[in-house]
Amino acid sequence: MTLTLGQELAPKSYSINRALLKQYADASGDQNPIHQDESFAKSVGLADVIAHGMFTMALAGKYLSELAGSGSVKEFSAKFIKPVVVPAGVDVELVVSGKVLELEGGLAKIELTAMCGQVKVLGMAKGVIKLS
Amino acid sequence: MLDPDLIGRTFTGDKSVKVSQESITKFAAVIGEPNLDCAPPTFAISISLDQSQKLLQDSGLDWTRVVHGEQKFEILRPIVAGDDLLCSSTIETHRVVAGNEIVSVRSDLHSGSDLVVSTWSTLVVRA
Repeated sequence: MTLTLGQELAPKSYSINRALLKQYADASGDQNPIHQDESFAKSVGLADVIAHGMFTMALAGKYLSELAGSGSVKEFSAKFIKPVVVPAGVDVELVVSGKVLELEGGLAKIELTAMCGQVKVLGMAKGVIKLS
Repeated sequence: MLDPDLIGRTFTGDKSVKVSQESITKFAAVIGEPNLDCAPPTFAISISLDQSQKLLQDSGLDWTRVVHGEQKFEILRPIVAGDDLLCSSTIETHRVVAGNEIVSVRSDLHSGSDLVVSTWSTLVVRA
């Protein structure tokens, strides 16, 4: 894909559901019950089970990887500003989009936006990819 | 509360973690990536989070009250199956805001003498 400075990159949608949270917990080793157990999540003051921030970031990382191929991501950072609430039996849609902030020396800096409905869930999300 | 003497100290694990293709495939499958030849960009967290928690378990941090605030990766090269990664973690900064402790931990993953990935986790210990 050829990127141009300032280009707005097409959004992509990713589903998050309880089964995927369990699968992410097993793959990442993060078995914190707030990501799996509704009654536990509510007992610590959350609205419901919430997604691992790192799962949301992993999906945004996939968006970034797909711009220039696997292994192209050199830097990636984000703040977890709002939880992704995942009620039982529901597919929550995470919509990731990007904008090309810098192009230099074969590298592209991409600003990412990750939304669940009207809620921005990642803050200051940026990545640097090596263009092939 | 974090023991202030630990700020700036680096703790290195005594055992490395061997990365299997299976662990990469399992992680990639959750984000719908089939048959990757290298680990997805955030895969390092599956090693660094557990390792840094072990290294810092006697630091005075209350891990039961930790919330993940921020994460950053610098990927010198992608992690691949067969990497034998040794984690060293450094508490870089610590501040207290409205009773919440905000701690930044840097973890470096080395394979042999090569630095593969550096990750920074900002953790918030809720008051």
